[in-house]
Amino acid sequence: MADTGAGSKSRKVLVPLAAVALGFVLGSLVILITGRSPLLMFNAIIQGITGFNIMSGSFNPRHIGELVVQSMPIILTGLCVGFAFRTGLFNIGAEGQLMMGALAATAVALTVRAPAAIHVPLILLAGMAAGGLWGAIPGYFKARFNVHEVVVTIMLNYTALHVNNYTILNVFGSVDRVKTAEFPASALLRSPFLASVTNGSRLNWGFIPVVLAVLSFWFILEKTSFGYSLRAVGFNKDAAKYAGMKVERNVVLSMIIAGAFAGLAGAVITTGTFSFGRALPAAEGYGFDGIAVALVGMNHAPGILLAGLLFGVLKSAGPLMQSAGIPREIGGIIQASIVMFVAMKLGIERLLMMARGRKAKAALEAAGAEEAGV
Amino acid sequence: MAYIIEMLNITKDFPGIRANDDVTLQVEKGAIHALLGENGAGKSTLMSILFGLYQPESGRIKVRGQEVKVTDPNVANELGIGMVHQHFKLVHNFTVTENIILGLEPRKGLAVDIDSASKKVAELSKLYGLAVDPHAKIEDISVGMQQRVEILKMLYRDAEILIFDEPTAVLTPQEIRELIAIMRRLVEEGKTILLITHKLKEIKEVADRCTVLRRGKLIGTVEVKDASEAAMAEMMVGREVSFSVDKAAAKPGDTVLEIKELCVKNAKGLLGVKNLSIELRRGEILGLCGIDGNGQTELIQALTGLTKIESGSVLVRGEDVTNLPVRQRLDRGLGHIPEDRHRHGLVLDFRLDENMVLHTYGKPPFARYGILDFEAIRKNAERLIEEFDVRAGKGPATAARSMSGGNQQKAILAREIDRSPEAFIIAQPTRGLDVGAIEYIHKRIVAERDKGKAILLVSLELDEILDVSDRIAVIYGGEIVGVVDAKETDENELGLMMSGSLRKAV
Ligand SMILES: Nc1ncnc2c1ncn2[C@@H]1O[C@H](COP(=O)(O)OP(=O)(O)OP(=O)(O)O)[C@@H](O)[C@H]1O
Ligand SMILES: [Mg+2]
Repeated sequence: MADTGAGSKSRKVLVPLAAVALGFVLGSLVILITGRSPLLMFNAIIQGITGFNIMSGSFNPRHIGELVVQSMPIILTGLCVGFAFRTGLFNIGAEGQLMMGALAATAVALTVRAPAAIHVPLILLAGMAAGGLWGAIPGYFKARFNVHEVVVTIMLNYTALHVNNYTILNVFGSVDRVKTAEFPASALLRSPFLASVTNGSRLNWGFIPVVLAVLSFWFILEKTSFGYSLRAVGFNKDAAKYAGMKVERNVVLSMIIAGAFAGLAGAVITTGTFSFGRALPAAEGYGFDGIAVALVGMNHAPGILLAGLLFGVLKSAGPLMQSAGIPREIGGIIQASIVMFVAMKLGIERLLMMARGRKAKAALEAAGAEEAGV
Repeated sequence: MAYIIEMLNITKDFPGIRANDDVTLQVEKGAIHALLGENGAGKSTLMSILFGLYQPESGRIKVRGQEVKVTDPNVANELGIGMVHQHFKLVHNFTVTENIILGLEPRKGLAVDIDSASKKVAELSKLYGLAVDPHAKIEDISVGMQQRVEILKMLYRDAEILIFDEPTAVLTPQEIRELIAIMRRLVEEGKTILLITHKLKEIKEVADRCTVLRRGKLIGTVEVKDASEAAMAEMMVGREVSFSVDKAAAKPGDTVLEIKELCVKNAKGLLGVKNLSIELRRGEILGLCGIDGNGQTELIQALTGLTKIESGSVLVRGEDVTNLPVRQRLDRGLGHIPEDRHRHGLVLDFRLDENMVLHTYGKPPFARYGILDFEAIRKNAERLIEEFDVRAGKGPATAARSMSGGNQQKAILAREIDRSPEAFIIAQPTRGLDVGAIEYIHKRIVAERDKGKAILLVSLELDEILDVSDRIAVIYGGEIVGVVDAKETDENELGLMMSGSLRKAV
């Protein structure tokens, strides 16, 4: 893949891998302190990934389905945060963009009558459009008035929550002050087939748009001239301007695309996991999970996909851990510590370098003056 | 005499390149020891090894006769070694004192004891004649002053061995004279100086000995008083270097760039360029000289579209571009080599080949229907690397950030000269280049002129202006105070005009 950063590629991958390993070590220590065996946790996680319970020898594909369901939205919000970040923007607003996407999806699901082949794509597009629009606002303020995107996106997260709740309750007429009426079947991503092969999990067709989103993220940024100019703006605005790129326009476009990823997440949740629009008491944390996913995935498509699956399994294995007597919060602890270790990138790099230096020295002493290049 | 620093048989590899190959450097205490070599010869690398930033593959380092392992800059600090980098490392919204004490803040209880630190900074500044205000913010002081802050940073840490990596590349001639005086003062106080520079004149002026590197290898060490500039140049490049530019008389044609009563505001909101008018014709090189800060930067940025024009107009080939965005100006035949290579010239986190298409990435053959053609991008870089002798360890795939300063500059020059623009604005083109590269770049600029292009050369180097230009315009206080024929003027006359004491009919 066209990797552009300075420094060696392998080292860039090593840091998040080391952080993940350290996160699990820390999680294991916490479990040890509570007097349980960390092996139970690893068993639960393997079960979450493969469906196999090594300890009891049973197999249940439902866990695989749940892993995918948990990963889908956070992969998308990871793409959202990562995309903006590659253009030098810190988008804290994935949460709000997601809610607007969910709201638009609800609107189209309830008001449009069409066969599923048209209805579903229409819903997904509406979600993306609404998320993109919600992302365009901070982008515009940044480009036009140089207002920091962090401030605007945080405010818009609250705004989105209230717009969503007001509309769901007052416009679409909530049945029970929590949710709208059920969507028609033509609006749903649900699939009896997928549910049956995964033993009744909530797995749905939502994974297809997610995969397409990962591919487009990669394609736009790495393969197109538009992506080139976005990356140039992200690395060095002055040089981008000098070269004649439209920095302001790129900032807005980048936020629109980022918002569209989050909006898609909203649509996928609403019509895949659920089948009705929801009023929410508070933010659900998809935005912050997205920041974590983007950070650990190093803002690259394959990384975000893997990090999303990783955090997805930490969520989906929660109930499994709980039934093994391990507090389900352990998943959150591991996720938090992985993020913390990635943020301590420099420290980890130094540790890795020291480890490698020692190895190189040992090799030198053993084999005489062999080549010890980096 | 005993050596204070000995670097023995140092070898250092980077991916794709051996930056130092069995290099030995011995420095006497109290001396100014110069390090000379082509761009990418390994000078910065060798000094970074001494400062603990890189670990050599093999070789030994002795400081004051003791063998040491400089594993990181903290160790270097303890050994009394300090370094001023090619690109400064200062926090811009901190004060001078805050920058200096960063990392070893003196404490009074829990609080940082800024006052005693400022006092010490002020004392040091006075002792060495640096005239630095300890309370000024970095962003408010000149590049020359920032460099002195870097020097104070070393002195504050009681460094005795001071490494300067191309300190004069970013300074004005006046600041260079002052820096040379400061270096002399430092040596009088018993410090030892290691000086990297491409300017042979400076070596002749201050250095005692000079070590020459070429392509990572040690060529030799000479006593400066016994070596001529030409001899040192030949040692480093491996062939004779011509210091003057061969060129035929200019044959100016029709006007290509017309600047009419231009007014531009500077960063402080005052008029940096006032009612400035010049014409630039096909087939000529117009040199623009002046003391730094007299409106050159504002003029360049206004012409190229990076700053707003207050009033007046700019015409390229008769077409008004005054209010056009950058891209459209470029499309109409304007070209620009920026003065600040890191800020404008390069995306340091891109690869070299990506940097080589910074303007043209969206056009065939580099992109079709919006899809990049990496093969074409790589080939383009290969061609330019070959043509301009850009040295980069991994060729087109080299990260721009990892390239040597001079080779970064060559990459920008290659990209811009290759576009062969009709009206070419060239700022500080040879900053940080070795004498061989300067010779080549000057030739290429003259060749562009001979192809019928119009060239505006902005430089703080009077020698360069006098050698390369056909006509010379002098800027003072944002105004052109005179335009003279390059063959009929000299440094003295230009100096008088640059200081505003002489005007010549425009
Ligand atoms: N961090 C790095 N990673 C990879 N290669 C590097 C790195 N630093 C330097 N190099 C390579 O090592 C060689 C020597 O570089 P160095 O910066 O020492 O040159 P220099 O003599 O200081 O040149 P200049 O006069 O242009 O500053 C160059 O080819 C450069 O590309
Ligand atoms: Mg250098």
